[in-house]
Amino acid sequence: MKANSPWVFLPLVGFVLLAVLLASGLGRDPQELPSALVGKPVPSFSLPSLLTEETYTEDSLKGRWQLLNVWATWCPTCHVEHPYLLELAARGVAISGLNYKDELPAAREYLANLGNPFTHVIVDADGQLGLDLGVYGAPETFLINPAGEIVLRHAGDLNARVWEEKFVPLLPTQAPAPGQGEGEE
Amino acid sequence: MAVEIGHLSLWLALAAALCLSVFPLIGVYRNLPAWQWYARPLAWIQWLAMTVAMVALGYSFYINDFSVAYVAGHSNSALPLEYRLSAIWGGHEGSLLLWGWMLSGWAAMVGLLSRSVPLPMVARVLAVMGMISVGFMLFMLLTSNPFDRNLPWFPLDGADLNPLLQDPGLIIHPPMLYMGYVGFSVAFAFAVAGLLMGNLDPAWARWARPWTTVAWSFLTVGIALGSWWAYYELGWGGWWFWDPVENASLMPWLAGTALIHSLAVSEKRNMFRAWTVLLAIITFSLSLLGTFLVRSGVLTSVHAFANDPARGAFILGFLIVVAGGALVLFGLRASALRSNTGFKPVSREAFLLGNNLILLTATSVVLMGTLFPLIGEALDMKISIRSPYFNGFFVPLAFVLILLMVPGMFSNWKRQDGNSLLKRMALLAPAAIIAGWFGARLPDPSPWQGVLAIMLALFLVFAHVDDVVRRARAYKQGFVTGLGKLGRGYWGMVLAHCGLAVLIAGITLVSFHEVERDIRMAPGDTAKLGDYTFVFDSLDEYRGPNFDSTRGHFHVSHDGEPVAVMHPEKRTYHASRQVMTEAAIDAGFWRDLYVALGEPLDKSNAWAVRIYFKPGIRWIWLGALIMALGGALALTDKRYRRNRFATNDAGAANES
Repeated sequence: MKANSPWVFLPLVGFVLLAVLLASGLGRDPQELPSALVGKPVPSFSLPSLLTEETYTEDSLKGRWQLLNVWATWCPTCHVEHPYLLELAARGVAISGLNYKDELPAAREYLANLGNPFTHVIVDADGQLGLDLGVYGAPETFLINPAGEIVLRHAGDLNARVWEEKFVPLLPTQAPAPGQGEGEE
Repeated sequence: MAVEIGHLSLWLALAAALCLSVFPLIGVYRNLPAWQWYARPLAWIQWLAMTVAMVALGYSFYINDFSVAYVAGHSNSALPLEYRLSAIWGGHEGSLLLWGWMLSGWAAMVGLLSRSVPLPMVARVLAVMGMISVGFMLFMLLTSNPFDRNLPWFPLDGADLNPLLQDPGLIIHPPMLYMGYVGFSVAFAFAVAGLLMGNLDPAWARWARPWTTVAWSFLTVGIALGSWWAYYELGWGGWWFWDPVENASLMPWLAGTALIHSLAVSEKRNMFRAWTVLLAIITFSLSLLGTFLVRSGVLTSVHAFANDPARGAFILGFLIVVAGGALVLFGLRASALRSNTGFKPVSREAFLLGNNLILLTATSVVLMGTLFPLIGEALDMKISIRSPYFNGFFVPLAFVLILLMVPGMFSNWKRQDGNSLLKRMALLAPAAIIAGWFGARLPDPSPWQGVLAIMLALFLVFAHVDDVVRRARAYKQGFVTGLGKLGRGYWGMVLAHCGLAVLIAGITLVSFHEVERDIRMAPGDTAKLGDYTFVFDSLDEYRGPNFDSTRGHFHVSHDGEPVAVMHPEKRTYHASRQVMTEAAIDAGFWRDLYVALGEPLDKSNAWAVRIYFKPGIRWIWLGALIMALGGALALTDKRYRRNRFATNDAGAANES
């Protein structure tokens, strides 16, 4: 056998470097909320309410632990997760709804027919707040602390497993579930 | 029920693939021809099982079975049938199934069309393809099963296919692209089989070459379709965005182009063998890398599928096994492939080597540009690579590539007299320069890069015409008879090279002579674009099968002559509420007119309207199609249909 030139292993070395680089990129998910936004306050906004004459701002989301659920009538998965939101609401969890790029009469009818788990329903008709929050699609759910800061973002439907695995560990221990504490509307 | 049958077939296909990757190889190393013989039937069984799985998924879309999670996620009952069926590959899981099905299809074809290849070689090649299949099927079954049910609560209607994908171009774009990606697995399998065998003769290159050419032609068409789709569907009139996913398809194309040329040297001269094998490994690895980039969530892109780090980890692991394994094997065996024959610095080999280096440099440029954001993130910097980076490298590389193509084609193998080569080119160059000078100035003056690009494209065409004439005359039996004697492989090359010239001319024309205007228009308004007058007649609304549309009516005249009536639309899709711009395009050989509705302005009925004049844009896709056609023509060359090969089967069977 001829002397083995070391050059023949060069492609392998290059590939190993490439693989290391790719592996380093793997942990990150560009669709996850950029870590920059976790711990930051909810972006400022001023948007109408779906059910009342009020106007909500970022201050409306302060003062208690709560969920911000991005939903719409056009989103099939929102229908799927709706019963679970009702169940959480019945357990005393405060949930604000962000009605995302929706038709308002349809949205009102939806809540009237299926029940309303939300303490507030913020109307984001042109998706501007959704854009600021980095919403990728509906449904998405944010966990917000009393200071009005985003603690967690979950894309996709909220169900018992996700609730137990992702949300519960972040809530203050032996503390009341979100919503208990300060006044309801 | 269909879904369960599909799911079961997928497991069956996995079983067949496992057998295929083990038994024939045992047959080779234990010298048991009967075990080697099983390679072909196993490949066919694998293909049958995968076909059943494909049909089962298609049937679930056909009957709107929304209890299937994948169907519910990518279709709904209002979706027209053709899009329900093309939704099979509209998402991550289904497009993987298409990948796997095509892979099994390529393996089945290799089994069918390899009668003249010695059995031990076929056994190795199919075993390697079986291993790749195992990886893909495990990936599907473990992380991305398209047959998963959404039970017990399944939606009454589906979420709809992404409206961007509801388009005829997108029905065929992914299959073409995947045929290319997956097709390079054959070249890869031949390369690995060759390394395992440790002995590559010219017959090896002759077997691998047509498969590579077909895969390359499919990929060419696939990329062209993707570019065409982006042009008319995204509403911006752009035809290439240097998006990570576009880059992912361009990298294997560039490497595959290098591979085709290097295979030519291996076949004709029995040289560059280690290099050819390495290129085959690189080309397929880049196809896999493309799959990784699109599905792992490592990079963001408009085309990216739903991302999942677990899937990314699996593909990366798979890539490491496939590419890493092949490169280790290459490192261990490559030195045995060194050839003793040499060539002079002025010879066809030398020019083809130059071509390969340019193409690989281009591949590296794209790879670096695509991965730079990732490197940046690793170093905690935000880096954005935009088109100036890519164009800055690609334009000069393309110029040099063309300057190598002509002498490469004119030169003899082994050695070429430099003076006669220069003389021949010097005769053609003035013609190209003069014609290019006038050609480039015809529409309106263009910068020197534009003039130079047109000159080079013309130089390329003139050189090929000159070569065809000379070769036909060389038979000395009359010009027409001579033309008939030129091989199909040669004609394929001429066609593909001229296709490149058309492509370059198209890119040059549209880059330097397009006119784009974004203006405010209300019904009744008129806009002028060069000699064209666009009149916005009216606006109406209509309801499509699964969308509502606002539609504009324009009529266009050129120097007072009516040219076209155009209907750009803005569609809102019901299920997803996505708003899509449907541009109106009046396509022509010399130019396209392009009208797209942007956004409605304030409360009036005025719109931001985009009006574009795009000269030569069709040539880009026409050029790509001509290139692919050249590949297809080369495939019909006589020598691939010969049944006898110079090599002795016994010799191949006895090595160990």
